[in-house]
Amino acid sequence: MKAEWLLIPLIVAVIASALGVVYSTHYSRKLFVELTELKQVRDELNVEWGQLQLEQSTWATHGRIEELARKKLNMKPLDYKQVIILKP
Amino acid sequence: MKQQVYKPASAFRLVTVMLALLSITLVLLWRAVDLHVVSKTFLQNQGDARYLRELPLAAHRGMITDRHGEPLAISTPVDSVWVNPSEFSAAQADWEKLANMLELDVQQIGKSIAQRSGKEFVYIKRHVAPALAARVMDLGIPGVSLQREYHRYYPMGEVASHVVGFTNIDDEGQEGLELAFDKWLSGEAGSQRVMRDRLGRIVKHVELLKKPQPGKDLALSIDRRLQYLAYRELKRAVMSNRAKSGSAVILDVKTGEVLAMVNQPAYNPNNRGNLQSHKMRNRAVTDVFEPGSTIKPFTVIAALQSGKYNANSLIDTSPGYYRVGHNTIRDIRNYGRINLTRIIQKSSNVGASKLSLSLEPETVWRVYDRLGFGMITSSGFPGEASGVLNPPANWRQIEQATMAFGYGMAITPLQLARAYAAVANQGIMKPVSFVRVEQPVRGERVIDADAAKVMVRMLETVTNEGGTGLRARVAGYRVAGKTGTVKKVMTDGYTSEKYISVFAGIAPASNPRFAMVVTVDEPTGEDYYGGQVAAPVFSRVMGGALRLFDIPPDNIEYDKTKLVLLHNAAAGEHP
Repeated sequence: MKAEWLLIPLIVAVIASALGVVYSTHYSRKLFVELTELKQVRDELNVEWGQLQLEQSTWATHGRIEELARKKLNMKPLDYKQVIILKP
Repeated sequence: MKQQVYKPASAFRLVTVMLALLSITLVLLWRAVDLHVVSKTFLQNQGDARYLRELPLAAHRGMITDRHGEPLAISTPVDSVWVNPSEFSAAQADWEKLANMLELDVQQIGKSIAQRSGKEFVYIKRHVAPALAARVMDLGIPGVSLQREYHRYYPMGEVASHVVGFTNIDDEGQEGLELAFDKWLSGEAGSQRVMRDRLGRIVKHVELLKKPQPGKDLALSIDRRLQYLAYRELKRAVMSNRAKSGSAVILDVKTGEVLAMVNQPAYNPNNRGNLQSHKMRNRAVTDVFEPGSTIKPFTVIAALQSGKYNANSLIDTSPGYYRVGHNTIRDIRNYGRINLTRIIQKSSNVGASKLSLSLEPETVWRVYDRLGFGMITSSGFPGEASGVLNPPANWRQIEQATMAFGYGMAITPLQLARAYAAVANQGIMKPVSFVRVEQPVRGERVIDADAAKVMVRMLETVTNEGGTGLRARVAGYRVAGKTGTVKKVMTDGYTSEKYISVFAGIAPASNPRFAMVVTVDEPTGEDYYGGQVAAPVFSRVMGGALRLFDIPPDNIEYDKTKLVLLHNAAAGEHP
């Protein structure tokens, strides 16, 4: 008699745990998909960062900067005669 | 009451039913055993083949940066277009479209496909920009696929080409530091096994087959701005003097770092169509030359360290030439009785020879040897030359005499710069490094501290009134250095037409930070003296270095009053 009473909660527990396994597997897969996607985003951002760095350093080529500074902005290297040294 | 008793109709029926049920059960059982035991491996493999995938994990080559983190070499992903010839051949109608998009010749494609028809993988075009590659895939031509690869870009182009070097199309280092640090820079691609769902999404990470090792970044000791300045000034000097080649090296004397290293002629590593080996050599490291008068300071140091001489000891150089055996050593003029400082300032060959011959060959040799002449530096640069310094046991008198002013030995510009850096650093030589030095490194004492300090003062007279290196001066700073004009050895002996102009110097003289060597090979203009050709390059680049590194001027006395006035005037404008 006693054993039968015990059986019902056990069955319930087994079913619950089975559902739990199903759920957690699903959940972990979902998270994994998310993780993979984020990793991909990271890789893509890294690639873009590299490309932007490349672009920046191409724009910032010294020859180009120098030419722009001289021609467009009429800048010139400082002559030592014009240097003022402030002693603290 | 008659009780109805159940009576089986016949035992046969019962047995039949039971047998039928039993056999069904057995069949099911057998099937289960078959699936789970007998065919398990086969089925598992089939299942895995449908869901499990091996995916490559990309690992790209590390970036090379200058000392401030500015990029000198970057890998960016590109796609290479490849085809499977058997599938691709079926789609001949589409070839034209593909060829147009990739700017290729259709016949060329046809040829290469025909040649490799037995293969399953033929490159059509390597290293295509990802955007263009995506458009190629949109054409939907059967048999065409992409492969992700990395292309290396060098933003500095020609300016840093010799130091950085370059990689080949497979991303392997070929020259320069790309080759020296290939292991450090190159990543190792890994792979993982994953489970995919019906839509191709990765749902489970099954196992890591091989861990990817991404390439590590490398921070060089080069300063990008200084490198550019040195490049520009050297190029200008080589062109205006119509010289064959040239090199310049700047070292940080406190750390041994190479702050800039340039050579002419140079090449553009981004455009490898016209690579010529004579342009590719990093001459500052791979080519040796006879250093000429720039060696005299070390001969004088040998004399000072012997204890027989001090800076004011007098040497008689008259009548301006000196016979050693059958040979005659000459000065430009007769300097008469002069002290050691004047020997350096005027660059007297006779004085240096007499000094050297008054010492044991072993004594002189030990100074040259400890300064690293004839030995490769610790730079690790591929193809570095060791130079030539003969052992003293078989020195003849004339050899010892000419070596005193830099003939009969051969060194690289880098070795010369390192030796001057040792003088500048009070006699302590730091190991040469192309990589940024984070921790202070231990140096090695190669010159007595006193002799080194005296030598810096002597070298300062070279850029003062009456010296040979006036044009190496930098306004506001005290500069110490030595000129050199080397006759080149040809097959028929030393010529009087071909020269190497050299200047080696250190600044600021009061507390040296930089050592620099400039060599210009075979200037064919009117000027050929080191003080005319190489010294101006030194002056401009060193001036830039001092400014870029914020080194306070140490020579402002002579126009101090004017400075104060200027200061007041400026203050007056902005009350």
